[in-house]
Amino acid sequence: MNLFCVGLSHHTANVETRERFASGAGAECTLRAAGCAEALVLATCNRVEVYGASEKRVSTDEIAQCLLQNGEVSDRSHSRALPFYRYEAEKCVQHLFRVASGLDSMVVGETEILGQTKKAYQSARTSGAVGPCLHRLFQRAFRVAKQVRTHTEITRGSVSVGSVAVDLAQKIFGELANCRVLVLGAGDTSERTARALVSRGVTDLRVSNRSNHRAHELAQRVGGRSVQFDRWAQQCCEVDILITSTSSDVPLLNPTNLGPMLANRIDRPLFIIDIAVPRDVDPIVNEMEGVYLYDIDALRSVAEQSLAMRRRQIASAEAIIAEHVADFLQKVSCELRGAAGISGHPPVADSSLRPSQL
Amino acid sequence: MDRYLLIISTICFLAAVVRTGIALRAGVFRQGRFNFLAIGLGFVFQTAFLSIRGQALGRCPLTNLFEVFVFLAWSVALIYMLVGPAYRLSLMGAFTAPLVVLLQGFALIAPIDARHPVKVPANSSLEFHASVSLIAYGAFALACIAGVMYLVQERQLKTHHLRSIFYHLPPLTDLFAAITRLLWLGFILYTVGIASGFFTGRPLPRVQVVAAIAVWLLYATILLGRYFRRIAPKRVAALCIVGFSVALTLLWGITFSAQTHSAP
Repeated sequence: MNLFCVGLSHHTANVETRERFASGAGAECTLRAAGCAEALVLATCNRVEVYGASEKRVSTDEIAQCLLQNGEVSDRSHSRALPFYRYEAEKCVQHLFRVASGLDSMVVGETEILGQTKKAYQSARTSGAVGPCLHRLFQRAFRVAKQVRTHTEITRGSVSVGSVAVDLAQKIFGELANCRVLVLGAGDTSERTARALVSRGVTDLRVSNRSNHRAHELAQRVGGRSVQFDRWAQQCCEVDILITSTSSDVPLLNPTNLGPMLANRIDRPLFIIDIAVPRDVDPIVNEMEGVYLYDIDALRSVAEQSLAMRRRQIASAEAIIAEHVADFLQKVSCELRGAAGISGHPPVADSSLRPSQL
Repeated sequence: MDRYLLIISTICFLAAVVRTGIALRAGVFRQGRFNFLAIGLGFVFQTAFLSIRGQALGRCPLTNLFEVFVFLAWSVALIYMLVGPAYRLSLMGAFTAPLVVLLQGFALIAPIDARHPVKVPANSSLEFHASVSLIAYGAFALACIAGVMYLVQERQLKTHHLRSIFYHLPPLTDLFAAITRLLWLGFILYTVGIASGFFTGRPLPRVQVVAAIAVWLLYATILLGRYFRRIAPKRVAALCIVGFSVALTLLWGITFSAQTHSAP
């Protein structure tokens, strides 16, 4: 049985090309009709890949044709120019393990891909497109991904500004359910950050904006309550997290006006997320006791540090994958030899597995 | 024979230190059971050492500076085993193990295991006073360790440079709550220890009384500052480190003076 992977990803194709081939589950049936004994289509926003097992070789062109959306017919010469990659046998196994572990993702170490792979597997299994060969391969891929996540720091830290802010809030306050949040300015980024905080348990959320109407609208969208803009300073004494994104030309908060606000909250930290440009908060505020100020550059810097930390883990993750690839191929090879012995067929040549066979 | 048990115990704690060091150097510090197991094993050997030494002496093994240091290390490990589950086990262990290694390493290397020429008679009140006071020191030591963890995290949050260990530390507010609880635990035990010292039926050397009350006042001040919200959490964490350093130095002084006092 030939095991192969044909696909295109963010590494090789732009989004327009990818969406042309992002066909639904129906493609698996077409692929089986084209000669694949087993087929699984993994279609995400960053990749469209076909994992298949077949007795005879199914060409990349044929697979590309099966993937085309809405019965679109490809021009053969055009199809050959498409940035499809093809991995066979060992390379295919290695590629799937890397994909499932998030090593091939646009954001290294992201975990969404594992869920998407599991979903694709489940869907193909339900439709009967997955047989013993792909079943085994994918089960092992899920195991590898789990091991990589557990034994390396590849998924550690947040890599987007919004999630960095929320993670930092959790590192300061622990449970966010009892935290009071004030959103100053009703911009898109504040809304995203506020939503992320609500999704992690924040229930007391206040929104203040120069335009009361916009404050009220945002408050309704994120499940908070609006506060008059002239009362924001008073609110600052009560809140634990302050998100600012006003269009003020001068800093709204500086040590002089923040000092009195902190007087009665010596054991309660204040986390300020300043996503305004120009900044709403004087950077010197970060030096005040119990105040943690993160502006947009600081948040980006933390995101980059997390990404760099994840990249440093790639070698360890690759080592785990290499071990599993070797073990997987060895086990399959042993079984093939055993099956050949029992059925009276000549054993597979020597002890090694032919690259095209599994 | 009993010293071998202590050496094995120190090696167990050292294994936890080395493993953490390697992991931190590689930037891949991970929670795991190794530290907790290593510390648990180290604790078992510590307990065996103290038990054998106690049986040989016919009393609680707190007759010289060597035994005091080992008992203190045992108290630190005991409090860690008791309160550790409330925090991140292996991480607190990562900070606890080096302190135990330092205490036991010093006890093993320094020539402070001076045996008494005559057998010291058992005095249950005195033993209670000494052992409770040392367990209180164990709580203060853990508060000091939690203080170090707080300051490490606080520093990383302030400078915006988050390292691998940052992601394994408990939240700042949880750590501060832990510091407060450990300070109260240590303070209550220490108060009981000091109070029981007045009922030992022996005259108390003035130096020891003054030193013990100085440590008590120091921790009382920290707790009062915390209670009336006059000291910021960061300062409380720093004071825990200062407080334990002072307490440890005075403990040495107290034990040293007690040894010279009891010497014929």
